[in-house]
Amino acid sequence: MDKAVNVEFIGNNNQPQSSSMIELYWQYIKNGSHSDGDAGMKIHEYQAKEILQKYGVITPKGIACFNADEAADAAKQLGGDAWVVKAQIYAGGRGKGGGVKLARTLDELRQRASEILNMRLITHQTGPEGQIVHRIFIEQGVQIEKEYYVGMVVDRGRQRVCLMASSEGGMDIEKVAAETPEKIHKVFIEPFTGLSQQQAEDIAQKIGIPASCLPQAVTLLQGLYRAFDETDASLLEINPLGLVTGDLVMALDAKMNFDDNALFRHPEIVALRDLDEEDPVEIEASKHELSYIPLDGNIGCLVNGAGLAMATMDIIKLYGGNPANFLDVGGGASAEKVTEAFKLMLRNPKLQAILVNIFGGIMKCDVIAQGVVAAARDIQLTVPLVVRLEGTNVELGKKILADSGLTIIPADNMADAAQKAVNAAKTQPA
Amino acid sequence: MSILINRDSRVITQGITGKTGQFHTRMCREYANGRACFVAGVNPRKPGEDFEGIPVYATVKEAKQQTGANVSVIYVPPPFAAAAIDEAVEAELDLVICITEGIPVRDMIRTRYKMQNKKTRLIGPNCPGIITPDEIKIGIMPGYIHKKGRIGVVSRSGTLTYEAVAQLMELGLGQSTCIGIGGDPVNGLKHLDVMRLFNDDDETDAVLMVGEIGGSDEEDCARWIKDHMTKPVVGFIAGVTAPPGKRMGHAGAIISGGKGTAQEKLEVMESCGIKVTRNPAEMGKLLKSVMA
Repeated sequence: MDKAVNVEFIGNNNQPQSSSMIELYWQYIKNGSHSDGDAGMKIHEYQAKEILQKYGVITPKGIACFNADEAADAAKQLGGDAWVVKAQIYAGGRGKGGGVKLARTLDELRQRASEILNMRLITHQTGPEGQIVHRIFIEQGVQIEKEYYVGMVVDRGRQRVCLMASSEGGMDIEKVAAETPEKIHKVFIEPFTGLSQQQAEDIAQKIGIPASCLPQAVTLLQGLYRAFDETDASLLEINPLGLVTGDLVMALDAKMNFDDNALFRHPEIVALRDLDEEDPVEIEASKHELSYIPLDGNIGCLVNGAGLAMATMDIIKLYGGNPANFLDVGGGASAEKVTEAFKLMLRNPKLQAILVNIFGGIMKCDVIAQGVVAAARDIQLTVPLVVRLEGTNVELGKKILADSGLTIIPADNMADAAQKAVNAAKTQPA
Repeated sequence: MSILINRDSRVITQGITGKTGQFHTRMCREYANGRACFVAGVNPRKPGEDFEGIPVYATVKEAKQQTGANVSVIYVPPPFAAAAIDEAVEAELDLVICITEGIPVRDMIRTRYKMQNKKTRLIGPNCPGIITPDEIKIGIMPGYIHKKGRIGVVSRSGTLTYEAVAQLMELGLGQSTCIGIGGDPVNGLKHLDVMRLFNDDDETDAVLMVGEIGGSDEEDCARWIKDHMTKPVVGFIAGVTAPPGKRMGHAGAIISGGKGTAQEKLEVMESCGIKVTRNPAEMGKLLKSVMA
C-alpha cells in the first residue's frame, strides 16, 4: 500500500537547493498558531502546497507519509541533512503541541516520525480531546532569513477578496491585528481583473520584501490569488511566507479552506477530504442533509431553520440550561430525517432532554408531528421530550402528539418550551 | 406605502418550471393580489408554454417587455442562480429576490460587482423573500401568519422571522412589510439599506430588527440608526451560545477570528440607543413597549 505522495519542487529550478541551508523554518512552528479563519472544507498542509505549486508558488520539497519506514524513504529521496517532520492535522498550533520536530539524521527522523504518528496531538484548536495524527509530512529544511504573513479571505462588507500581508510572519495574525494593526496591509481584489502587478508589488514592498525578490514575490502573490479564485477557496493562509537563503520567497506553511457551496464543481478538492479529521457525528449528519453541530450541554434541540435553531439554543441557556447541539432539520424534513436527527442527538451520553421547536411554514406541523411520533417509537426514547409546534396545521400536529400515547411534554411557546426542557433535564440522573 | 413591493408590483418567476418554483408561485398567486401580480415566468428552453396560465418567456428581458414586470423572484438551482440574478439586473428590473440557498460566494462576488451602478436592488440570496401583508407576498413565507399593520420587520433568517411575526400578531401588531435579507455572507440589501427605506416609509411606525452572528451588518445599521432614524427600533440577535469557527446552518452565520459575536452586536446596538432583548420569546413584547 503505497500512500506516499510525492511533492515535486516546482518554481525556480535554477535556485540551488543547498542541503546545508538548514537553519530551518522551524522556529516559526514552535510558536506558530493560526487564525481560526473561516469554516468550510479543510485540507492538509501538504495538499494545500500541492495545489499552490500548480500556481507557481514555491514551497520546500516534501513528501507525505503514513509510517516511519515511508518517512525514512522520503528523507532519503529528498536528500539534504536536515528534515522537518510535521503532523498533518487540520487544526493549527501543531508546533506548540509537539507535532513538528526537526531531525538531522535518518535515525533521528525515524524516531521523530514514530513519536508523532498516532500521537494524540492537543493544540488550542483541537480542544482538550486532541486529534490523532495519521499522516506526517517530511520536508527538507531550509534556512530562513525573514518571515512574513500572507492571507486571503472574503471581506463581507466590501464583497471582495481581501489580501492581507504583514512583516510579522510566524505569529498569530489576530494578535498582530490587535496589537500592531499598522503592520497589517490589505488590498481588495477586483473580481474580473484579479490581483494586479501593481497591487502585488505594492503590498510586497510594504511588508519589506527586498527589491531583489520582488519579481518572484509578485508571481507568488498573483499565483496565490489565482489559486484562491479558481478553487473557490474561503481562506488561504501562508504563515509564514519565508525569505530563504538564495533570495527565494517560499510558502513554508499553507492552509486552505473551501466554500462548501462550490464543492459541486471541484471533485478534485472533494477527493482530498480526510474523514479521520472530521467529527463522525457531523459526517453522519451531512449524509442526511442535516446541519448538526455538537455542543457541550445536555439539552438536545431539533429545530427547523438556522436562525430559530440558534435562538432556541440561546433561550435554553437563558433559562438556566445548556444546549447539547445545534440542529437545523431544514425546510423539508421527512419522518426519516427526523428519526435520523433523534438518533444523532441520542449518541450524546450527556443528553438529558430533547426540545423540538418547529415553526411550520411550508413544513406542516402535522407532518413533523408524525415524524416525531415515528422516531420516538422507533428508537425508544430514554429522555424527556418537549415539543413546541407553531404555524401551519398546528392543531392537527398537536392532536397527533397527544393521541400517540407517548410521553411528550407539549409547550405553547418558546419560553414555555425552554422552561419545560430545562426542568425536565433536572429530573434526569446525571 | 409599505416598502419595495405593493399591490402594483408585477412579478416574473425565474425558475417557474421547477418543482420549488411551481409550488411557491402557486402559493404566492393565491395570496391577496397575487393573481394580478404574478404575470410571467422564465425558462430559456420553454418559451411559449405557460404555467397554470402564467406565460413563460425565454428571457427576463422579453418577459419584462411583454408584461411590464418590474420585479423578479428566483428559484433557480445554485449553480445557475447567480447568472439568473445577472439577467434580471441586465433587464433593469427594480428588484430581484433570490430565494436560492447554496450559491458559491465567488459567483456572488462577481454578480455584486456587475450590479455596481445599476438600478436593480437585490434581496437575498438564501432568504425567505418579502411580504407586504394583505397586498402581495413574494417568497416562501407562510402568508396567513401576517396581517397588514405599521411595524416593519427585517431579519437574516426564515423561521425566526415567522416567530417574530407571530409574536407581533399575538399582541395585535400588524406589519407594513417584512423582509428576510438572507443568511449568506455576500448578499444584496443589508439591514442598513432596509432600515433607510422603513425610515422614509410613512406607513411604518416602528421596526423590529432580527440579526444573527457573523459579519458586521447589524453594527453598521445600529450606527446609522443612532444618527438618522426617527422611529423606534428594537432588536434581537441569535447565536449568543454559538461556538466560534463553526457555521451555524447559514453560510454567513459564523464567528470568525473573534468577530461577529452576538454579544458584540448586542452591545453596539445598545450603545446606539436601540432596545434589545436576549430572549427570543420577547421580541414582540419589546416592540410593543416602545410604541407610543
